Amino acid sequence: MSADFIVITTAILVAVPCALLGTLLVLRQMAMIGDAISHAVLPGIVFAFFISESLGALTSLIGAAVFGLLCAVLIEALKNTGRVKEDSSIGIVFTALFALGVFLISRFAGSVHLDLQHVLYGEIAFSPLNSLIIGGVNLGPISFWTLGVVTVIAVSFVLLFYKELKIATFDAGLAAAVGLSPVLVHYLLMGAVSITVVGAFDSVGAILVVAFLIAPAATAYLLTEQLWRMMALAVALGTLSAVSGYYFAAFLDVSISGMMATMTGFLFILALLFSPSHGLAAAFSRRRENRRIFSRDLLLSRIGTLGEKTTEEELARSLGWERRKISRSLDEALRGGFIVRPSSGEVAATRKGRDAARERAGSLA
Amino acid sequence: MLDLFSALFTDYTLRNVALGCAVLGVVSGVLGCFAVLRRQGLLGDALAHATLPGVCVAFILTGTRTPAILLLGAAISASLGALLILAVVGGTRIKQDAALGIVLSVFFGAGTVMLTYIAGTGNSGQSGLDRFIFGQAATIVREDVVTMGILAGIALVVVAVLFKEFKILSFDPEFAASMGYPVGKLNILLTALIVVAIVIGIQTVGVILMAAMLITPAAAARQWTDKLSMMVFVSGFFGALSGVSGAMVSASGSNLPTGPIIVLAATGIFLLSLVFGARHGFLWSRLRERRNRRAALEGGSP
Repeated sequence: MSADFIVITTAILVAVPCALLGTLLVLRQMAMIGDAISHAVLPGIVFAFFISESLGALTSLIGAAVFGLLCAVLIEALKNTGRVKEDSSIGIVFTALFALGVFLISRFAGSVHLDLQHVLYGEIAFSPLNSLIIGGVNLGPISFWTLGVVTVIAVSFVLLFYKELKIATFDAGLAAAVGLSPVLVHYLLMGAVSITVVGAFDSVGAILVVAFLIAPAATAYLLTEQLWRMMALAVALGTLSAVSGYYFAAFLDVSISGMMATMTGFLFILALLFSPSHGLAAAFSRRRENRRIFSRDLLLSRIGTLGEKTTEEELARSLGWERRKISRSLDEALRGGFIVRPSSGEVAATRKGRDAARERAGSLA
Repeated sequence: MLDLFSALFTDYTLRNVALGCAVLGVVSGVLGCFAVLRRQGLLGDALAHATLPGVCVAFILTGTRTPAILLLGAAISASLGALLILAVVGGTRIKQDAALGIVLSVFFGAGTVMLTYIAGTGNSGQSGLDRFIFGQAATIVREDVVTMGILAGIALVVVAVLFKEFKILSFDPEFAASMGYPVGKLNILLTALIVVAIVIGIQTVGVILMAAMLITPAAAARQWTDKLSMMVFVSGFFGALSGVSGAMVSASGSNLPTGPIIVLAATGIFLLSLVFGARHGFLWSRLRERRNRRAALEGGSP
C-alpha cells in the first residue's frame, strides 16, 4: 500500500461518517453541539492515556466517547436548570472541558504522549507509519481499523434507524406520538457523533473534524430537498474535499487536515453562490425577475385604469416613476407583446397585457 | 500565596500579565453580557476562530510581528467571518448554528494551512504565531498591555455612551425598531465591539477558548441580578477575577498554561454562582420555595 493511498483512505473514512451524522446535526440545528462534543472529548482522551499508558486505541475511543456523551448530558442539564440559555450552556461546557484537556496535556506533558499540535491538526500524515500488529502479523494501518469501525457504526446507525431519524428530525411531535422517544433519539445521535469525533480526532484533530461534520452537510442542504440525497451528496462532497485537500496540501507542502477543511469551505462557498435552487446568485436573479414582472404588471394595470390608450408622459406622472424606469419597463412590455405603441408617445395594452393585469389583480386580491 | 500577592505588585512580568488578563476579563465580561442576553454567545466563538487566517495573512504580507498589525489582520478576518455568517443566515435556509460551525472550522482550517506554510518558508520571525491558538499570557509585555488598555477603553466608553440603546436592543429588538432606533447599525456596532474584545483576548487565552471569556462570566453574573447595569459590573468583575487568578496560578508553577486556567477559574466562578447566586442561585431558590410552601400551608402570606 502506498502512503498516499493510506492517507487518502483514512481521510475518506473520516469524511463518510462525519457527513452522514452531520446531515442530521445540520437539519436538527445542532451543529454547535457537534462542535462542542469535538472539543469535549479531549480530556477523555487524556484520561484514557493515564489509564492505559500506551496508545490503546480502544481505551481512548471509550474514554473520549464517555466525555462526548458527558458533554451532551451537561449541556442538556445546564439548559434544563432554566438559569442558562442553550447557546451559553454549550459555550460554558465545551470550553471548560477543552480547557481541562489542554491543562492536563500541558501539566503532564511528560507522561502523556499527546501534544497540542496533535490536538489541533491531527496526525493523518503519520497514518501510514502506525500499523496494527497482532502476534507479529501486520494487519495494516491502525487508522483503517479504528475509523473502519467508526464508519461501520455510523453507517449502520443511519441505515438501521433511517426512518426513525427522519421522523424525529422533521416532525418531533409525530415522532413522540408514534412512541419514538425524542430523548432516546437525541442521545443515540450524540453517542454516534461522539464515537465518530473520537475516531476522527487522531487523524484531523479536535477542531477540523467540525469542518467535516458541518460543511459538506450544509453544502448538500443548499443543493437538494431529499434526506437520502442530502446524505449521499454530503458523503460525496466530504470525499471530494478529502481527496482534493490531500493533493493540494502535498503540492503546497502545508497541513493536510487544514487543507481538507479549507476545501470543504471552498465547496460550500461555491454552492452558496451558485446553487441553482438556494444559492445567493439564484436568489438575487429571482428577486430581480420578480421585481421586473411586478413593475410590468403595475404598468399594465395602470394603463387599464387610465383608459385603453394613454401617453408615456401621463403614465410616468401617474406612477411617479423616473423617465428611465418607465421607458425600460415599456420597452420590456413591448418586447413581450403586452402593449403596443400605435404612434410615438402613445401606449395601449394588448389582450395579453390586459390578461396579465387582471391575473395580478386576482392574485393580490 | 502571600508571596504571590506581593509579587503581583512588585514583579514586573507578573504585573503586566495580570494587568493584561484583568483588562481582557473586564472588557469581555461587559460585552459578553449583551452577547449572552441576545443568545449570541457562540458568535464570539466562531469569530475568535476566524481571526487566525487574518493574523497569518498580516504576517505574510508585512513580515513583522508587531502586535498592532497582527491584531488588525485578526479584526479584518473576524469581520469577514461575521459578514459571511450574515450572508448565509440572511440569504439561505441554513440556520445560524451551521453557519457558525462552518465559519469556525473552515477559517481555522485555512489558518492552520497558513501557519504550516509560514513555518515552511523558514522565516525566522514565524515562531510564536501559533501562540494565538492557545494564547500565551506569559509573553505579554508593557506595550501589549497599553494596546489592550486603549482598545478596551474605547470599547467600554462606547458601551457606556450607548448603554440604553444596547439594553433595548438586547431585550426587545422589535420594540427598539418601532421606537426608531437604528437596530441594524447598533447590531453591527455591538458585533464590532465583540470583535474588539476577541482581538484583545486572542494573545492571552487564544482563539479556541476566547468564547469562555465572553460567555462564562456573563452567565455567572446573570445568577446574581436581574438588572443589566448590575450584571455588566458583576460580569466585568468576574472576568477580571478569573483573569488575575489565572495569571497568578500559572505563575506559581511550571507547565501551567494561563489561558486554560483562566477559563477553569471562570467556570469555577460560574458553578459557585449557580449555587449561591443571590438572584437565581439554587440555594436561595430552594430556601424561598420552602418558605413559600410553609407559608402557604399555614394559610398566611409569605
